[in-house]
Amino acid sequence: MRDFALHRPANVADAAAAFMGEGGEAAYVAGGHTLIPAMKSRLRMPDALVDLGRVGLSGITSADGRLWIGAMTTHADVAAGATAIPGLASLAGMIGDAQVRNRGTIGGSLANNDPAADYPAVALALDAVIETDRGSHAADDFFQGMFATALADGELITRVGFAIPQQSAYAKFRHPASRYAIVGVYVARHAAGWRVAVTGAGPGVFRWAEAEAALAAGADTAALAMPADDLNSDIHASADYRAHLCGVMLKQAIASLN
Amino acid sequence: MQMTLAINGQQHDVDVPAASLLVEVLRDTLALTGTHIGCDTSQCGACNVLVDGRAVKACTMLAAQAQGMAITTIEGLGTPEALHPMQQAFREAHGLQCGFCTPGMVMAGMEMVRKHGTRLTPELVTHELEGNLCRCTGYINIVKAIVAGAAAMEGAAHA
Repeated sequence: MRDFALHRPANVADAAAAFMGEGGEAAYVAGGHTLIPAMKSRLRMPDALVDLGRVGLSGITSADGRLWIGAMTTHADVAAGATAIPGLASLAGMIGDAQVRNRGTIGGSLANNDPAADYPAVALALDAVIETDRGSHAADDFFQGMFATALADGELITRVGFAIPQQSAYAKFRHPASRYAIVGVYVARHAAGWRVAVTGAGPGVFRWAEAEAALAAGADTAALAMPADDLNSDIHASADYRAHLCGVMLKQAIASLN
Repeated sequence: MQMTLAINGQQHDVDVPAASLLVEVLRDTLALTGTHIGCDTSQCGACNVLVDGRAVKACTMLAAQAQGMAITTIEGLGTPEALHPMQQAFREAHGLQCGFCTPGMVMAGMEMVRKHGTRLTPELVTHELEGNLCRCTGYINIVKAIVAGAAAMEGAAHA
């Protein structure tokens, strides 16, 4: 790994100042379980890292019908502590493996927006509010395709508020080695209607409008067919296979709603 | 970069590049070679150490990030003369063949006891072990060892 300047600020303001004060490429590191592997393989070679390990920002609280999770909360802590939304806790427990969950964070995952990551699906299905040091973003506007988000350069996620649904569940067909989703579907029933989000299948997380409409109408979701046209195709799964998996994961998620 | 790391109850002052991984400092700087590097890609778990009690992959954490935290490596568990109950269980259950993955497996067992207590089922251990790879044993005896090691830790000072 190429060497870099390292900042270890003690609060959000100092973190943002350190990031913006760097002349070259700077990057925040939260749990580091995406960034550090990317730096080892030299896919990323930042000149400076701003380590968020000392800024706080971890913890889970409930307020105004939302479950608020600090950006530095680890997957393990969400799996154990997000009991108000069992589907969310279950999703966090399916990320990576036990050691990855001890370091990886929700803020890091959302900021990275990997097209096969799990958190973008639950953020979209639970109409999340993503708060940053500069304002807030609705999940519907936040995810902008593969590894792209509404975050400006240096903007730092501080916490995420998930609308507490009446029922929700996540089903994931995971890659057996990477444990990322080949396809993951999060289904949520809110007072205002159903939201269904799909990850892994396409170039970025997206809502499945036809599934939402079918659930709202009480129609048979088994008849739904996801078009394969815009889905990913790679050595792990063809677009047609992913399209089929969308239906299977939808069915599994609906069957495990709680 | 100057940093102080608390490893196995002892403070170590080291001067290493900021980009140094925790596992590199453990092995190359401090000669604590019990922690192994299997894949270096966050997959295999051979480099598992405990950081503030939690199992982490030392190949995917900067040494600098571990400042101020309590690090426990395999050298901090037992000694050749007095193995930790989890290590002793691996010996008795023949939970290893070549032994390369073993330090990480033992640390994974410690993590399971921290999270779930000393009464583990084979199903739970199998599930929790998904971040550790072994290319020799087929895992059966590793699972037996962790179940037995956890049980042996019940009420013991080690727990």
